[in-house]
Amino acid sequence: MDLTAETVRGIAQLARLRPSPSEEERLIQDLDAVLEFFAQLSEAEVEGIEPMAHPLEVDQRMREDEVTEPDRREDYQAIAPDAREGLYRVPAVLDSD
Amino acid sequence: MHERTLLEQAQALRAGEVSSVELTRSYLERIKAHDGSINSFITVTEEQALAQAEAADRAHSAGEAGPLTGVPLAHKDIFCTRGVKTSCGSRMLDNFVSPYDATVVERLGAAGMVMLGKTNMDEFAMGSSNEPSHYGPVRNPWDLERVPGGSSGGSAAAVAARLAPAATATDTGGSIRQPATFCGVTGLKPTYGRVSRFGMVAYASSLDQGGMLGVSAEDCAALLGAMAGFDSRDSTSVDHPVPDYSKEMAQPIDGLRLGLPKEFFDDRLDARIRAAVEEAVAAWEGQGAKPVEISLPNLELATPAYYVIASAECSSNLARYDGVRYGHRCQDPEDLEDLFCRSREEGFGAEVRRRIMLGTYALSAGYRDAYYGRAQRVRQLIRRDFQQAFEKVDAIAAPVSPVLPFKLGEKMQDPVAMYLIDCYTIPVNLAGLPGLSLPARPVDGLPTGMQLIGNYFDEAQLLGFGAAWQRETDWHRQVPPEFA
Repeated sequence: MDLTAETVRGIAQLARLRPSPSEEERLIQDLDAVLEFFAQLSEAEVEGIEPMAHPLEVDQRMREDEVTEPDRREDYQAIAPDAREGLYRVPAVLDSD
Repeated sequence: MHERTLLEQAQALRAGEVSSVELTRSYLERIKAHDGSINSFITVTEEQALAQAEAADRAHSAGEAGPLTGVPLAHKDIFCTRGVKTSCGSRMLDNFVSPYDATVVERLGAAGMVMLGKTNMDEFAMGSSNEPSHYGPVRNPWDLERVPGGSSGGSAAAVAARLAPAATATDTGGSIRQPATFCGVTGLKPTYGRVSRFGMVAYASSLDQGGMLGVSAEDCAALLGAMAGFDSRDSTSVDHPVPDYSKEMAQPIDGLRLGLPKEFFDDRLDARIRAAVEEAVAAWEGQGAKPVEISLPNLELATPAYYVIASAECSSNLARYDGVRYGHRCQDPEDLEDLFCRSREEGFGAEVRRRIMLGTYALSAGYRDAYYGRAQRVRQLIRRDFQQAFEKVDAIAAPVSPVLPFKLGEKMQDPVAMYLIDCYTIPVNLAGLPGLSLPARPVDGLPTGMQLIGNYFDEAQLLGFGAAWQRETDWHRQVPPEFA
């Protein structure tokens, strides 16, 4: 593998992370080493093998469409960094002008 | 009292030999006296513990006590506890006080158990040494220069040092079994879906499973009985009857076939650990079990497949930490994008960010089939290997870790070397099977051990093998000299 700084920056953007330039260096090195380790998988003979998403073959359960939880909005918003009047506050998304 | 097992303490409580308040106080004092040297707790909940202990004593006097009423335990800081910080070892959740209890916490609380506090762990359970915690590393009570294993390192160290008679834990790739073996305690990772994941902070949802660390196999059986069972709030919880583990594990092991997979006894394994495992196998053979050599041919591929799947699921699960609804938020964000990126960059430690990056890469356009798709197919091969093995044997015996507890800092600079520590535990998670980690003969004062792997829902049989070994040995009852 030969990861480029550009690829790492693109992945960081997708993951909403922002590594500093020095960390970017370190990440390239580490990810390269791990991806090389992952490359072993290419030797696996998996032709015709069904992918396994889950250890037990269980179907998604359905339940009655009934209210089971009490409304605890205030408890949940009490732990937010910034909530007011039942809303979560974030920096403005739309321009004010 | 701290030298007794959890069940012996429960017995002493029933006999009125000690009260829950006295027992709880003695553990709180031990934590105060000794935790400074191992750092196994993130939070100690003294006030709540004493209130729960008082309630337990009242239940005992009223004749309303259950078998576990009044016995203390610690919870891994990955289980949500209402009104008590649940940090998951991360700066991201340093300010997170959960508005609800995890099912595991709820059930053990309903059984009358007393919570002493929350134990330290690798951040978001991503690690094998308990070094990457926002709250500092945990140290191994048998040698303070060495790691306790991870990610349930705080739980394992606390039980080894007898700062708690037992502790809850979780296992995604070995996080119960490996610290158990590094600290010389007993640990059970149940079948996937056996114990509810509700309120257990998610890392890799198709692999995560809650369990426990304790002194003896019997203690683990009693706790499993109280924790296990269907929970409609966990979409992958299995609706399967919960047996009386303590009763079922009493079945003799005479005549059971014990598989020894040759791939687990390869040249990666420290010869001294191999000798310790072989001694246990000989003891089981002496009790009538029949060793059978078996093969799990795809074992070599398990570790890379696991790290692809776990990283992919982690990158998706940890997308929820956005600095908006709870958890860390950066100062003075310029805009929404800046708020997301800086809150996450600041809130997550290096290993967590590395796995998020890996997972994002493995799932990104053009790479998904080569990494994630292929890893899921390898996962199927590994499950098949185990299924074929269980046609020939009743349980499998294997080492837990290829190496003895290593020194702090020894592997932190090399992620691949750290990942390979879990090469013997990971296959069990990929297949979703139960695994029991048991202490064996120590080497130069350091604990060793082995694991027993069972077929789906065969926990009682594994615990039976564990009890058979622990009747003949007392490695599980040894306490590190500094903590005696």
